[in-house]
Amino acid sequence: MSEPILKVEDVHAFIGKHHILQGVTFDAKADAVTVLIGRNGAGKSTVIRTVMGLIPSSKGKIVYKGSEIHKKKPYEIARMGIGFVPENMGIFAGLTVEENMRVAMLVEDEATTQRLERALDMFADLRKFWKGKAGNLSGGQKQMLAIARAIVNDTALLLIDEPSKGLAPIIVDAVIEAINQIKDHSVVVLVEQNFYMASSVGDYFYIMDDGMVVLSGVMEALVRDEELKSKYLGISKSGD
Amino acid sequence: MEETIFKRWSRELTIAGAIVLFLLPLIGIPGKTYITLTIAGLAMGMLLFLVASGVSIIFGLMDVLNFAHGALFAWGAYVGFTVFGYLMKWVEADSVLQNFAAFSLAIVAAMVVVALVGIVLERVIVRRVYGSHLFQILITFGATIVLVELIRVFWGPNDEVMTVPLTFSRNWDIMDVIINRYRVICIVVGLVVYGVIQLILKKTKLGMIVRAGVEDRDMVQAMGHNIFLLFTGVFAAGAALAALGGLAMSIFSLQVYPDMGGSFLLFAFIVVIIGGLGSITGSLVGALIVGLTYNYVAYLVPWAAAGANIMIMIIILLIRPTGLFSVGK
Ligand SMILES: Nc1ncnc2c1ncn2[C@@H]1O[C@H](COP(=O)(O)OP(=O)(O)O)[C@@H](O)[C@H]1O
Ligand SMILES: [Mg+2]
Repeated sequence: MSEPILKVEDVHAFIGKHHILQGVTFDAKADAVTVLIGRNGAGKSTVIRTVMGLIPSSKGKIVYKGSEIHKKKPYEIARMGIGFVPENMGIFAGLTVEENMRVAMLVEDEATTQRLERALDMFADLRKFWKGKAGNLSGGQKQMLAIARAIVNDTALLLIDEPSKGLAPIIVDAVIEAINQIKDHSVVVLVEQNFYMASSVGDYFYIMDDGMVVLSGVMEALVRDEELKSKYLGISKSGD
Repeated sequence: MEETIFKRWSRELTIAGAIVLFLLPLIGIPGKTYITLTIAGLAMGMLLFLVASGVSIIFGLMDVLNFAHGALFAWGAYVGFTVFGYLMKWVEADSVLQNFAAFSLAIVAAMVVVALVGIVLERVIVRRVYGSHLFQILITFGATIVLVELIRVFWGPNDEVMTVPLTFSRNWDIMDVIINRYRVICIVVGLVVYGVIQLILKKTKLGMIVRAGVEDRDMVQAMGHNIFLLFTGVFAAGAALAALGGLAMSIFSLQVYPDMGGSFLLFAFIVVIIGGLGSITGSLVGALIVGLTYNYVAYLVPWAAAGANIMIMIIILLIRPTGLFSVGK
């Protein structure tokens, strides 16, 4: 078994005076999708933002491809090949779709242009509204733009925070399809509340509660275990 | 910038209303005087724009309230004053070419020196107070005191007379309407600066990143852009614009003095609030509103000139609390 690309070890983080992360430990294995699950307010977004360097960690270690990144600045972390799709999508509403993509493109070389084409083939609507204001896109299109921006660079790890949030079921299926394509190129850490989506794309899961990981394992096991699901996720029937 | 139809209309209505308001003084002002006042107002507006645009973009991108902008304005004037001192032959020559050479060199020197001062200011002081408006206000007020004291040390505490390049001081007389050349130069300089800023913001990748940063700083960082380098650059550019404004203003008012930035900064903040924080076009429109109002009202009801602008600011804030051209956060 290969070394995990990302290792989060006993990470603590504060927002203001609040001790939000109270020793989070998880890792993201290569060639897999790791899903963070857990009720609202469990600290899933905070973990992702801490890995990205947007929230400082007060204790613990974050190791990416063998080097410690928890003291680095967000732009340094991004430049090491980590892509980020935040919970609110972080679309630049006043910029066009094209400008959003260009801001995301760290270099505009041939390889990047090829990845851009690949992303636009995946999300045809972005091509359609290429010159339009990103703020005028629908929720699903904004999510697609957010994902496209994150995969246009040569990213080895992609952090995606609740991409299904607020989307219609048919669009959720499109996002699932996209993530299944992306995982051929990049390791994915996905925060997801929607168990249908989590189980459709996930290989490994970590359940978080109160700023800690309370349970982890292989996704298939969770899918089969009704008792666990109802205990931690409030799901009574298998979600498909 | 998600705008509802109502909001869009309220902007158009406000602009239409403003145009009507600006023709209104014609009732009380003879036509020729009105034109002269309008040109004076546009010129003053352009100078305000130079200062306000820096304040606005620095706030928009960095969320920093920079009260030291007035001191940078004064520094620009003094650097220009020194350059004029060295080039007095060209300044006083009856030659458009030599006058322009002196003017251009003074502008370049003022902008470069003050941009460097801005870089030091941002790196040493402002960087420490990101995120806290209260500390920003206190610390940039402190920086203002230091920068103004430094002017007294380097250039002396007294008012100095600023020279207008000879050919700039003359008037054009077009069908009995007296038009001061230097005012026209100020208007042109302002328009050129506006055009260059827009070009950079809209057409270059750097400009796109700055606009993106005004909307969502964290996201721009998480995309791999060194936001701190961007902050320093934008701060330096804002400082250089303040310097240009200060130099142009000192020629306009024929004097330099250490405190000259103070009252001008108040007007610049009124402009930024009217125009909408973070918007360059807003700064331009706001500045022209303030400049024109000041001149019309000063002619009609001299004692009310400054108050009229504060009234306008309050009215606009009541109609559009985020200013005429607000940028979505
Ligand atoms: N900006 C903030 N200020 C104060 N508390 C916050 C802030 N952001 C998140 N929190 C708190 O941190 C906890 C974890 O939030 P979050 O990571 O967003 O949870 P999740 O993504 O799992 O829903 C919550 O209790 C939330 O109230
Ligand atoms: Mg969340």
